[in-house]
Amino acid sequence: MIATIITQLLGALAVAAAMMVVLSKHPVRSVLYLVVTFFFISGLYIMMNAQFLAIVNIIVYAGAIMVLFLFVLMLLNLNKDAEPKTPTIIWIISTVAGGILFLVLIAALKDIVLVSQKDDFAPISNIGLVENLGNTLFTKFVVPFEISSILFISAMVGAILLAKRDKPTID
Amino acid sequence: MGSTATVNIDFFVILSSLLFVIGAFGVMIRRNMIVLLMCIELMLNAVNLLFVSFSTYYGNADAQIFVFFIIVVAAAEATVGLSILILAYRHLRSIDVSIFNKLKG
Repeated sequence: MIATIITQLLGALAVAAAMMVVLSKHPVRSVLYLVVTFFFISGLYIMMNAQFLAIVNIIVYAGAIMVLFLFVLMLLNLNKDAEPKTPTIIWIISTVAGGILFLVLIAALKDIVLVSQKDDFAPISNIGLVENLGNTLFTKFVVPFEISSILFISAMVGAILLAKRDKPTID
Repeated sequence: MGSTATVNIDFFVILSSLLFVIGAFGVMIRRNMIVLLMCIELMLNAVNLLFVSFSTYYGNADAQIFVFFIIVVAAAEATVGLSILILAYRHLRSIDVSIFNKLKG
């Protein structure tokens, strides 16, 4: 009972923080609200007994990627009038389009949920632990795991190559 | 945490749909390119949440491995996207996406 209330509270807070990411004017505030959103989503993972993913989510997303965003934001050193204004017609169109997208998603996913067997969660408690996930990762998914290292090294080389300052373009 | 939440799966479907729609809404209304990349991260996280909830629901670990790979791809995407952003800022002195509508050098 208490777990249900905590889960629903975490979900509501995650949605509220996500709205603040979109609506806050200052980009630094958006980054910080996104970190808060990731913490709430990690809390939801813990409530679903996916402890490993909760920790990875905090370390990789809230720890590494968001710090990268913050660093870029600080390096660009934007002043106040750099924040672009959105026209009102775009706001109206986006709100309508977002609402329609939500309706379509719910309508599409509703029937899929109804054909499954169980109504409530009956989690097998050790499914999200490191031991179980490691066994799956290094037996069944070992080839994608190795390929992801190639993806990482190509992303690293690409990032360095793109962001490197060329000699002739210095003004 | 041994106790398990007895929340209906519909709650997680609605929650992740809502997070995804908020991310898409942000991509539509914001003009700042950094905030756009952050909204894409938010959409990826909504998908991750749905993956994890169905993984718990069916008692299958494969979806959680898939979430792991999505996190890997998101990290690579953020790195390359931010370096492209720095390159664009260096050329145009702005990160307004409505300026980036010409594919001329």
